[in-house]
Amino acid sequence: MNFNQNYFEILGLPLVFDVDLGLLSDRFLELQKEVHPDRFASRTEQEKRLAMQWATLLNSANDTLKSPLKRAIYLLQLKGIELEDNPRLPPEFLMEQIELREQLEDIEGSEANLDDLAVFKKEVKAVIRSIEQNFSKTIEDDLVQAETLVYEMQFLNKLLASANQLEEKLLDY
Amino acid sequence: MALLQITEPGQAVDPHDRKRAAGIDLGTTNSLIASVRAGVAETLPDIHGRHLLPSVVRYTAEGPVVGSDALDQAALDPHNTIVSVKRLMGRGVEDVRSLGDQLPYRFAGDGGLARIETVAGVVSPVEVSAEILRSLVDRASETLAGDLDGVVITVPAYFDDAQRQATKDAAQLAGVNVLRLLNEPTAAAIAYGLDTGDEGVVAIFDLGGGTFDISLLRLRRGVFEVLATGGDSALGGDDFDHAIAEWLINESGYAGEVTPRQQRGLLMKARAAKEALTDSESVALSFNDSGLEIDIRLTRDTFNELIGPLVDTAIRACRRSVRDADVELSEIDNVVLVGGSTRVPLVVSKVADFFEAEPLNNIDPDKVVAVGAALQADILVGNKPDDEMLLLDVLPLSLGLETMGGLSEKVIARNTPIPIAKAQEFTTYKDGQTAMLIHVVQGERELVADCRSLARFELSGIPPMVAGAAKIEVTFRVDADGLLAVSARETSTGVEASVEVKPSYGLTDDEITAMLKSSFDHAAEDAAQRSLAEARVEAGRVIEALGNALAEDGEKLLPPQDIEMLQQAINKLQELVDGNDYNAINEGTEMLGRASEEFASLRMDAAVRKALAGRQIADLSSEMTDNEV
Repeated sequence: MNFNQNYFEILGLPLVFDVDLGLLSDRFLELQKEVHPDRFASRTEQEKRLAMQWATLLNSANDTLKSPLKRAIYLLQLKGIELEDNPRLPPEFLMEQIELREQLEDIEGSEANLDDLAVFKKEVKAVIRSIEQNFSKTIEDDLVQAETLVYEMQFLNKLLASANQLEEKLLDY
Repeated sequence: MALLQITEPGQAVDPHDRKRAAGIDLGTTNSLIASVRAGVAETLPDIHGRHLLPSVVRYTAEGPVVGSDALDQAALDPHNTIVSVKRLMGRGVEDVRSLGDQLPYRFAGDGGLARIETVAGVVSPVEVSAEILRSLVDRASETLAGDLDGVVITVPAYFDDAQRQATKDAAQLAGVNVLRLLNEPTAAAIAYGLDTGDEGVVAIFDLGGGTFDISLLRLRRGVFEVLATGGDSALGGDDFDHAIAEWLINESGYAGEVTPRQQRGLLMKARAAKEALTDSESVALSFNDSGLEIDIRLTRDTFNELIGPLVDTAIRACRRSVRDADVELSEIDNVVLVGGSTRVPLVVSKVADFFEAEPLNNIDPDKVVAVGAALQADILVGNKPDDEMLLLDVLPLSLGLETMGGLSEKVIARNTPIPIAKAQEFTTYKDGQTAMLIHVVQGERELVADCRSLARFELSGIPPMVAGAAKIEVTFRVDADGLLAVSARETSTGVEASVEVKPSYGLTDDEITAMLKSSFDHAAEDAAQRSLAEARVEAGRVIEALGNALAEDGEKLLPPQDIEMLQQAINKLQELVDGNDYNAINEGTEMLGRASEEFASLRMDAAVRKALAGRQIADLSSEMTDNEV
């Protein structure tokens, strides 16, 4: 096993942001069928250990590549960029974020909150998707811009998580 | 729907090479063992024809008694008769006290692992479970005419690390080779042959006596992916009995204090009524004990009102899991019912309403888990080499570390596929801090106090630095059984500390060794015999595995001299196996394992390459069509 291979190489996928999720899932399953520890349950300790390492690696690779945000961060890492804890972001983006947060707070108090929330989530998801499309292009030629886009994705994903939490609260799970 | 897995021609292993494997459902109230015989998985009865073994162990001066004979004496000898030991597995004395006063045992010691005083000395829940396992395994060895090569033991999906570890320890103590700990709901899905069916999402609704489990599994390309698990570890059919008993007391107008004996009597009546209402519309109840007197008819409608809120609690957990799994209700095409309490009609109808699908319940809900475990054991032991089925399980509860302010920082989120490894970096918070206490917890809540404490260990020898300068990387590794190992290192200096998470409430390796030894001390010769037998079995497994591997891939992957070298090493180990020195056999087994490491690695790489290559040709054509569109 070559631990120096990156996740894309391990799963036999081209090194680009736009991953075919169906293909990723197929590859992942085909490979797990070969290496999973259950295939080695009555074999030698060495084989069991190897199987465990491989299956762990595959799970990490799949987990990273199937999430657009994790995949984007990983691509930046491969290009030698480590994310900052407190990044500087364009003021207009931050203003937008504050507005969105306020919108979410208003929804909690509103009458038809579940419907409003559904609309809100749809909008946020659309924004995330457009940033992702943007990232897919910039990662090839403008790494500084790509890094900023990842921070924006992080912000919006956190916002979406808050929206989901609110939804759970409203649905009384 | 394939209820029974029939072995197909060409798929079967030569009968002489068939391994003996069994699936064990180690239950709270009853336990079962099942095995695949002549292509059919079925539970194995004892000599009296009973399939269910009550999970009860009574300790006497003459030794332990397991099963019905122990259960019969439970009322007369409550201190020495251990029932429902599963609830004590991996639990501390404090946890057990919080389970209520319904446990009549005398707990030994203060703090730490729960241990029970009996006439035969102090016993731990692990030892009690080992007795139950031994009884089941003996039954199987007799029925199958030989020792078992391996077993699969099922555990509830919500079992935390401490509880899983305790279960594995019990198996070690009982001297059985555990192929895998399998989540009970997954076992149920296998029993229904859903792995051979169409692709789709399956829900497993498991309502037992004291616990409720809901799991969502996705099947694709012969692989079972556990998408989400949830449930309530304190919800079950026993609560239905309590609801009826309470109703009886209310209806009777009895104002006095209900004695434990009256309570027991009422619960027995309640249970009988509940079971009768599965087929009848109403049932007569009469009770008379020390002034508590009642004659009444309980209709199914009233019963449904009594238990409605309880069933709704279970349905809420289902909704939560559907959300966790990120699937639509319409995607769920099969719902499997497990556990005796799913015989209650209201449970069936509410489940059907919620999932908008008629639930599957044509396999005995008490046996379905053991049957599934047997099918999986048969595959894992190597009896069905061509079987494509694979299970990808998930971590049931999030794992985290305690951080400042008593908060839990999640390192691995629940429902992450296992095996998995994850590292997280932490830092010191004081200038010159040279040690760091690492507290590993499991659970979903934010406060450490609300999570389960798994282990505490200290990373010391950190060089003095200003606060925040040290970088401490803590790595969590979870294996395919869901068991955790944690290690920590300071990355600038490489100072290391690691622990097998032998949890706050587990047995240490030394304790297990001591228990194993003490059980042999009675017969030192037996001990040597057993060690020799075990060494031979393990050596035999390695010889066979390597021999098969060489026959398959040796010439493809190795130069002739390496094949020759491995062949000689095999022959040498075979010579040792024919001798009587178990130490020498164990050493030889290890040597052969090490010698074959490179070969094992080459084979794995080849398998991976082949899997990718096979796919790529198919993908190429699909990509081309994609491009045209």
